[in-house]
Amino acid sequence: MIAVDVRDLTVRYERVLALDTVSFTLDTAQALGIVGPNGSGKSTLLKTIAGLVPPTSGSVDVFGTRPRGLAPGTIAYVPQIEAVDWNFPASVYDVVAMGRFPRMRPLSRFTKHDRETIDRALDALRLGDLRTRHISQLSGGQQQRAFVARAIAQEPRLLLLDEPTTGVDAATEDALCVIVRSLVRDGLPVLMSTHDLDRASDWFDRLMVLDRRVLAEGLPAEVLDSGAYAGIREHTHVHGHQRTEAHALDAS
Amino acid sequence: MSDLLLAPFQYEYMQRAFLAALVVGTLCSTIGTYVVLRKLSFIGDGIAHASFAGIVVAYLRGIDYYLGAAVVAVITALGIGYVNRRGKVSLDTAIGVLFTGAFAFGVFLMSRLPSYAVDLQGFLFGNILAISRSDVWLVLALSAIVAISLALLYRQLLYTSFDPVVAEASGINAGFVEYALLVLLALTIIVSLEAVGIVLVAALLVTPAATAYQLTRSFTRMLALSAAIGALCAVGGLYLSYYLHAASGATIVLLVTGAFFTAMLSKRRWRSAL
Repeated sequence: MIAVDVRDLTVRYERVLALDTVSFTLDTAQALGIVGPNGSGKSTLLKTIAGLVPPTSGSVDVFGTRPRGLAPGTIAYVPQIEAVDWNFPASVYDVVAMGRFPRMRPLSRFTKHDRETIDRALDALRLGDLRTRHISQLSGGQQQRAFVARAIAQEPRLLLLDEPTTGVDAATEDALCVIVRSLVRDGLPVLMSTHDLDRASDWFDRLMVLDRRVLAEGLPAEVLDSGAYAGIREHTHVHGHQRTEAHALDAS
Repeated sequence: MSDLLLAPFQYEYMQRAFLAALVVGTLCSTIGTYVVLRKLSFIGDGIAHASFAGIVVAYLRGIDYYLGAAVVAVITALGIGYVNRRGKVSLDTAIGVLFTGAFAFGVFLMSRLPSYAVDLQGFLFGNILAISRSDVWLVLALSAIVAISLALLYRQLLYTSFDPVVAEASGINAGFVEYALLVLLALTIIVSLEAVGIVLVAALLVTPAATAYQLTRSFTRMLALSAAIGALCAVGGLYLSYYLHAASGATIVLLVTGAFFTAMLSKRRWRSAL
């Protein structure tokens, strides 16, 4: 079953072309990884699918509907950088519990199912001991885990992760990979951007190389062997995250 | 002691004043939690000043001041939301643009009147002791509407106050929630005008919530504490003003300001308990 259907998607910010006629589909029970240099449109693509950025042209359908027309709770999105106020009066539990909010009716209380789902999400991300901790007292990796836990507690039908492994320790990365794979096994479609090419085969069923346009797409092993990937890898290694657009174009 | 406590209640106007103070204090400080967490501290002052244009128009047309103020306040609130989204400026900036514009419009209209015979003074600075029976009913009715709306929107308001982007992606209409909050704020401010006046509305919207923020790191406790502090200070301030023969609005605000500094300077002791 097709979960996400992106057709000829072009997104422009003012005069900057962020995405250029991008087309692909994502099935349920499938994890699709997006790799590409900084500024290649990975975040824009995820935001457009989440309904946060309108397409300039082309279309995005999630379960056959425009993202803004979906039932609340359908899409869970974990942004690359959480621009929240860390002094907001909220504990780890409070943040994860917000995942339940979209589907709850006004004035209703948490059901047993709500509380169990929150507890499971906390446990899955090894946050059980930190549940009463205020969010300002978390490390970067713990913060990231709290936001992934909130996304999972939402029980979404589509999960969008924007570089969830950036800035987290190896143990957290392993834990995230296990969680994503288990969610995919249960039928969830996952779309995730990453800089980590070496472990792409562990994470994803399919891999896409994006540089405003789709440069390559297929099984991770195939894509990793393709020229598009080699070009990106070379430049990523040489220039790290500072890679310029000119290099990106050369690479293609 | 009980005589001392009950003495003010022998006057009917004091009974009305206490009821109005209790309702206004609770309402402002409850919605004030969102004002503080969304960093909209400027909004009370802004919408209150903007509503001045409504009062002048109401005077010119011979209609109820309250109605004129309410209509202009709601239009200004919606305008603030629109300028924020369309002009891609911060809410703070949108408030600054709209409120000065509407206030200037009010001054412009008033300056063209042959005389300033209107009692605009009372509306600008408020006089809770002069609140009429019908005003009390209006305060109660509007407060009930705002309170019910806040309860219905509780989770959406909380989620979008903390993380509007992710809330929006999860299907919560962050734009609608923001407009709704701005309209509710406009109504709250209009309700409060009569009681404490334009100049002091901002304090009741901000200070009790800022005080609660010093004392707890839980949102629900902050909401409850803020409401309690607002209610206590409004009623307590009215008592004090009665015995000190001082202006009621100013006494209420001085009391919440005192509460804020007490909380800020002693928060370590309090936080462990709350």
